[in-house]
Amino acid sequence: MNYVIRRLLATLPVMTVVAIVVFLLIHLSPGDPAALIAGDLATEEDIRKLRTALGLDQPLLSQFLLWLGRLLSGDLGTSIFTHVPVTKLLGQRIEPTISIAAFTMLLTLLIAIPLGTIAAWRAGTWIDRGVMIFAVLAFSVPAFLVGYLLIYGFAVKLGWFPVQGYVPLAKGVGPWLQSLALPCMNLALVYIALITRMTRATVLEVLQEDYIRTARAKGLGVFAVLMHALRNAAIPIATTVGVGIALLISGVVVTETVFAIPGVGRLVVDSVQRHDYPVIQSVLLISAAVYVLINLLIDLSYRFFDPRIRY
Amino acid sequence: MSARLAARQPTRRRPLLALTLAVAATLTAWSASPPAHAQAAPKTLRLVAQADLKILDPTFTTAYITRNFGYMVYDTLFGQDAKGVPQPQMVDSYTKSADGLTWDFTLRKGLKFSDGTPVTAADAVASIERWSKRDSYGAALRNAGAAWTVVDDARFKLTLKDSFGLVLQALAKPSSFPLFVLPQRLANMPNTAPLTEVLGSGPFIFKRDEWLPGSRIVFERNPQYVGRSEPPSGVAGNKQPKFDRVEWLYLPDANNAVTALEKGEVDMIELVPPDFIEPLRKRPEVAVYKSSPNQGQLVLNHLHPPFDNPKVRRALLKAISQERFMAATGFPADLRMPYCATYFICGSPNETTAGSEPFQKPDVAAAKKLLAESGYKGEKVVLLVSTDVTYLNALSLMTLQAMKSIGLNVEPVSMDWSSVGSRRAKRDAPEAGGWSAYATVANEFSVNSPITGTYLSAPCGNTLPGWPCDKKLDELRTAWLRETDPAKERALLDDFQRQAFESARYLVLGQYYPASAAVKSLKGGDKIWAGITNLWVLDK
Repeated sequence: MNYVIRRLLATLPVMTVVAIVVFLLIHLSPGDPAALIAGDLATEEDIRKLRTALGLDQPLLSQFLLWLGRLLSGDLGTSIFTHVPVTKLLGQRIEPTISIAAFTMLLTLLIAIPLGTIAAWRAGTWIDRGVMIFAVLAFSVPAFLVGYLLIYGFAVKLGWFPVQGYVPLAKGVGPWLQSLALPCMNLALVYIALITRMTRATVLEVLQEDYIRTARAKGLGVFAVLMHALRNAAIPIATTVGVGIALLISGVVVTETVFAIPGVGRLVVDSVQRHDYPVIQSVLLISAAVYVLINLLIDLSYRFFDPRIRY
Repeated sequence: MSARLAARQPTRRRPLLALTLAVAATLTAWSASPPAHAQAAPKTLRLVAQADLKILDPTFTTAYITRNFGYMVYDTLFGQDAKGVPQPQMVDSYTKSADGLTWDFTLRKGLKFSDGTPVTAADAVASIERWSKRDSYGAALRNAGAAWTVVDDARFKLTLKDSFGLVLQALAKPSSFPLFVLPQRLANMPNTAPLTEVLGSGPFIFKRDEWLPGSRIVFERNPQYVGRSEPPSGVAGNKQPKFDRVEWLYLPDANNAVTALEKGEVDMIELVPPDFIEPLRKRPEVAVYKSSPNQGQLVLNHLHPPFDNPKVRRALLKAISQERFMAATGFPADLRMPYCATYFICGSPNETTAGSEPFQKPDVAAAKKLLAESGYKGEKVVLLVSTDVTYLNALSLMTLQAMKSIGLNVEPVSMDWSSVGSRRAKRDAPEAGGWSAYATVANEFSVNSPITGTYLSAPCGNTLPGWPCDKKLDELRTAWLRETDPAKERALLDDFQRQAFESARYLVLGQYYPASAAVKSLKGGDKIWAGITNLWVLDK
């Protein structure tokens, strides 16, 4: 417990640095949201008044302290374009993103770990080579290309899944799963490749260990031996999975764009394009917090896989 | 040992089995239960909108998507029909005095905002006052001494000090600040920032609770809307919608939008990207419609060398091949013009070739000669190249080539369109962080007359990027606005364009026609008017 508290406290300076860097990067980059809102025919006076109305004429330090103060009181601010609170925008976007991340990771684990384990067990054979060729291909082909191919095959030709959009879980599990299938298959491919390779490498290393040879010599079945090896190979795999989840939450923008899914990734990109400062700042900060939290969970999971580890 | 295991295993697996069954049962029940709203499925139109809606106030911005939003939820006093003629819309009847200086307007009976409150003349006058602070027509009316007064709940009056030939055209202006009628309470709010509240008397109600910024905007039929008896035409006539619900979807990936249309997941794409037009024309289940013309424009900075010199501007104009510029945008040959000799849109009532004669055939050698005669000393030209909008990028790169071909010392600066928007407001010299030129496009309504043309209507002292000033052009514009005799008005229009070419106010890069596409089961796609989503004409 002490370790968890120490780690959580250690995130505070990290988050502060992230907040400062994000704020400065956004505010010092070229582009003026007031000019964008005011439009083509706006006069300089119009833009100046709008800047004042939005509080963008205040010194950077004042703007930062104001934002920080609101943030500490739980107010993430309001979009300067749509005037929708950032919490509401995030609330609208978080379900699709979490659904995609969870479903993608489930798909990845169900396919990648058995595939990597089998490849390790049959190292050097045509099965191993086949799995590795698949992994290299899956890792190398760009996500948008895979997305278009999946749409063409499964949505246009077979008509099994919709081309675009997200159906919330509240509207039924069937439609929800249908809307998730293609984007998750698209995203999972690269993670399957990554985790398959990682699993193969670590399991292969463990399979060389003396205790595995002993286990096999004692007559243990293949499945039992592999499960035993897998548990001992789990730490690097867990690390990769954890980083993968963090990347999934913050980096699904291409897939969200290709499949027109209103997730957090697209929210960030749209906000960056129009310099919607409150939205960018808050979402990036929350993404950083999620990243830190997932890293903590990964570290804690090491004890589950290896009880010898002490913090 | 094995017997003991065999005896224990079912016991160990029972909770797991029970859990699996419970989850399966829940999922089955969940997926089988219909969504709450599915019981009375509304007749829904799903449209891929041209852009994401960011601002809800059509009295604040000229963004076309916000204008279209305005037509969904607000109504106008007058509306242009498909022939471009102003027709009464919220107005029931009007009279004007013999000298044209006094106008009386009476609103239709029974008009209501979507919250049920009646629309009154006070709302109309407050909306006109708000509009006239922003719009070029409104400003021209104010310059003519326009005063708007409320007579009673249904009637209002306009009195003018000077003659003004285009009162109805002003009130029926279809784009770049159409005159939408808001409740007086909203119309009286400061116009320094966009309004966030939406309350109109138009055919649809904005469903704020279903709005997903960056993805989806939902409208429902406005039960309070009172339609006219005339059939719909342009943005005039009866706007009673045939759909209960309209969803505007923003699909940033063009390929995805087109596939969704082909598969019938959406009914219509408002603006088809140029390279998808020909493939869609070959699809039997899809109809492609030609939209209203757009004009490519090169905006020049009149404050700093070298484009402060009209001779340099004219030299560059001489090198512009509209045919090549338009081909670069990627639109099929039948959707672009090889050459358009007018500032006011070819095919529009104001089309004229006056003043265009020296520029009808591009000639690089002649352009170089003109540049040499202009006294150009090799000053740096900073060209803002928009990289994120494909057709603007194409026009910018063509401009770069044209500038190089005549010997201008040009430096392209690549950036996204939003950064162009910020940079172009800077009055600094090009070498000190300012700019010299950028390419843009405008819909016909933003160019088709001396008063609606953004870069033609701004008088000296304006704050429009480029800061053009030509007093002769200002005098001609004012004379044209005040002229009530059609023949004299036409002659003044010709004079205005001659002067516009003389000063090369901005450079016309060509004319093209965007396209929309719809599933063939959607009726009325051919009645979508001039790039404005008059969706009340559609049915399926």
